[in-house]
Amino acid sequence: MKNENYLNLDFTDRLGDILIDRRDFLKSFGGGIFILMTISAPSVFAQRPSLPTDFNAFLRVGEDGRVSCFTGKIEMGQGVITSLAQMLADELDVDLESVDMVMGDTDLCPWDMGTFGSMSTRFFGPPLRAAGAEGRRVLLELAAEQLNEPIDQLVVENGIVYARSDNKKSVSYAQLAKGQKIARFASEKVPVKTPDQFKIMGKSYLRQDAREKVTGKAKYAGDVRLPGMLYACILRPPDHHAKRIAVDVSAAKEVEGVRVIEENDLIAVLHEYPDVAEKALSKIKAEYETPESDLDENTIFDHLVKVAPNGNVVAENGDLEKGKAEAAKIFKESFLDGYKAHTPIEPHTAVVHVEGDKATVWPSSQTPFTAKNEVAQALGFPAENVRVISPFVGGGFGGKTRNLQVVEAARLSKLSGKPVQVAWSREEEFFHDSFRPAAVVKIDSGVDQNGRIVFWDYHVYFAGERGAQHFYAVPNSRTMAHGSGWGGDPGTHPFATGAWRAPGNNTNTFARESQIDIMAAAAGMDPVEFRLQNMSDEKMRRVLSAAAEKFNWKPAKAPSGRGYGVACGTDAGTSVATMAEVAVNPDTGRVTVKRVVCAQDMGLAVNPHGATIQMEGCITMGLGYAMAEDLHFKGGRILDLNFDAYEIPRFSWLPKIETVIIDAKNDAPQGGGEPAIITMGAVVANAVFDAAGARIKRLPVSAERVKNEIKL
Amino acid sequence: MKERIKFTLNGKTTELDVDSDRKLLWVLRTDLGLTGTKYGCGEGFCGACTVLIDGEAERSCQTSMIEIKNRTVVTIEGLEKDGDLHPLQKAFMDNDALQCGYCTPGMILNAYAMLSNNPDPTEQQIIDGMEDNLCRCGAHKRIIKAIQVAAKSMGGF
Repeated sequence: MKNENYLNLDFTDRLGDILIDRRDFLKSFGGGIFILMTISAPSVFAQRPSLPTDFNAFLRVGEDGRVSCFTGKIEMGQGVITSLAQMLADELDVDLESVDMVMGDTDLCPWDMGTFGSMSTRFFGPPLRAAGAEGRRVLLELAAEQLNEPIDQLVVENGIVYARSDNKKSVSYAQLAKGQKIARFASEKVPVKTPDQFKIMGKSYLRQDAREKVTGKAKYAGDVRLPGMLYACILRPPDHHAKRIAVDVSAAKEVEGVRVIEENDLIAVLHEYPDVAEKALSKIKAEYETPESDLDENTIFDHLVKVAPNGNVVAENGDLEKGKAEAAKIFKESFLDGYKAHTPIEPHTAVVHVEGDKATVWPSSQTPFTAKNEVAQALGFPAENVRVISPFVGGGFGGKTRNLQVVEAARLSKLSGKPVQVAWSREEEFFHDSFRPAAVVKIDSGVDQNGRIVFWDYHVYFAGERGAQHFYAVPNSRTMAHGSGWGGDPGTHPFATGAWRAPGNNTNTFARESQIDIMAAAAGMDPVEFRLQNMSDEKMRRVLSAAAEKFNWKPAKAPSGRGYGVACGTDAGTSVATMAEVAVNPDTGRVTVKRVVCAQDMGLAVNPHGATIQMEGCITMGLGYAMAEDLHFKGGRILDLNFDAYEIPRFSWLPKIETVIIDAKNDAPQGGGEPAIITMGAVVANAVFDAAGARIKRLPVSAERVKNEIKL
Repeated sequence: MKERIKFTLNGKTTELDVDSDRKLLWVLRTDLGLTGTKYGCGEGFCGACTVLIDGEAERSCQTSMIEIKNRTVVTIEGLEKDGDLHPLQKAFMDNDALQCGYCTPGMILNAYAMLSNNPDPTEQQIIDGMEDNLCRCGAHKRIIKAIQVAAKSMGGF
């Protein structure tokens, strides 16, 4: 194929209407070969604003032969900087080291909705691979012309194209890309590799960003320093419902070098040193009126059920009344789960530099393109005047999909005329970050005399639909979701709630898998056998059996005194089964998790090593909500404001962890960053029951709750 | 009150005129531009701001400038020698002992001080020694492994 048949980079005719506002930034690149791709929208996000119809990521093979992938995704520890590069390198037949990931820069990278929902590999993976295959095809076509060989007589190794007949006849990607300006859409007509052709995918690689991170060179938002930059500390209310009635900033103004900025609700102290700004802020005297509230971590559950809207049917089959008539035993239970904090070790931070009618933004954000629009709106700028550059993000877990601190920094930069950094303190993080919503699950279910589940009536209040639907073979079943798992109407939650690693699914899986265990125990059956007897889902059966084999599970009716627990779940297309062994101190109720085995089927694991690390991270983080994390509050006042009060997992909590990834390389890749966390609440609760006969129906499974319920 | 504070920072004599009750963390990050030392909680609970002072791991968010007068401070930027990474840095890389990387400098420096006091720790001693450094991504298991590997390769410091 000749060059003129390719779409030329100036896009004057063929791509003009598609690339109107992309043209400028593509023009700004030098030569090379560009492949444009579209990341399709998963149906779960269909209710969100419509996705663009043009491309939203692309790769470039530069004139030096280096491959760059431009994507709005960001790296926050989950490792896509490595796994995405692996997919691309494999399809293109280049070294992993020759791939550069350019992530989350809104001027260089096309629009992306954000990095969350275990979606990067699932939904970005396929188009990225297609683009890689397309790029390889373009290079082969150029090579065929140059080497005067038919394409099917060419082979590629590490970015060099050889003639099959004579390996002295060769040309490198760098030579082929030199002087070219070619752009193509990934057509998906060029086939991607089959698993037997993989050289890089499915193999384990170490993190690509580790060197920067162990030397302190990796830049996070707070590490961005600009000439003249001021650090801002913002006056905060003591309670989310507090109304400021008086304020006196005069003492703060007297601190040398301090600027106090007041605009409507926003009062901030700015200084070239953050600690001086903080000190000056403490000199501001403010009075508030705060409404009384009875809501706290104990009363919230009745409140939620009371204010919940009528439910939506998530799934339904059979006839519940018929099932109830067939039941030999009926179980009516409620499960409770309180608010949880994200607590990334890096609090929300942003640097914004407003210059004239333009703004540059360095945020700790999982949603750089949302941040761009929010800044534009706050400043009254057209969106194209705002550029977001994503530094490394020091943990997100869903909390950094909200960008309040970015808007604060933007407003203060505009008002002060200086670059401004807003870095929330830990106390601010515990107050202004969103929380995983408190939720209630009510389940009414029954088994017949043979231990078959004959009906299942499931109602979740404010954990939402994710993970609500069960995967058991139940002839009469209904799953209802009352209220959203993200938030609710005003008056639902006393403060902001939002996505927390595998949103809703931790609560739903805790409730469902506890109820399954309650039924298994009452039926006098081993909890694994009970599950298998009531499960026709082949993928889940395989996963559960794999976990049982690794764990060396021996059937016994609970409570057996061994302290063994099991829980299954599905999330982001992945099936997971977790088993745990715990010990319970009979005097204190204190639970020690000794061992966790987790098996998951995630389809093709692009980087098995990276996927294993994500599973370990999920298990470790999950111990927190399972055993300790529970936000204390009184109305809109948060009582846990640092790590002394809100406990997260520590080194001594760590059990022995063993992971199994089911070999499913012929299946499409599924989510990996979240699934293994969803089973942690239930597996600990079920193991505690097995150890001590204590059935804990409210998370966390704290020592105090266990102590009060010990039966063995 | 401003005072001239002289100390050794990453092997170099450093003199600063600073308010002596300012915290080392902020002076490192702002006045000196060494941003490898991180803010995590501001109260000494998390360990992200850990540095070495006279070889011991200290929380720089809790350390006033006056306390480091005439003392030796090492930050994460000071571990690399002539382009060679310290064995702990290498072991953290080779064992993927990090995810988001934000707690990593504090973890490495805390482990450094621990190994200088006890070059051949048991697993339990590593756990006890690292207990007060927090990681939210869940890299703990691999951090323990990395410290074991580093201890071995350092052959007794």
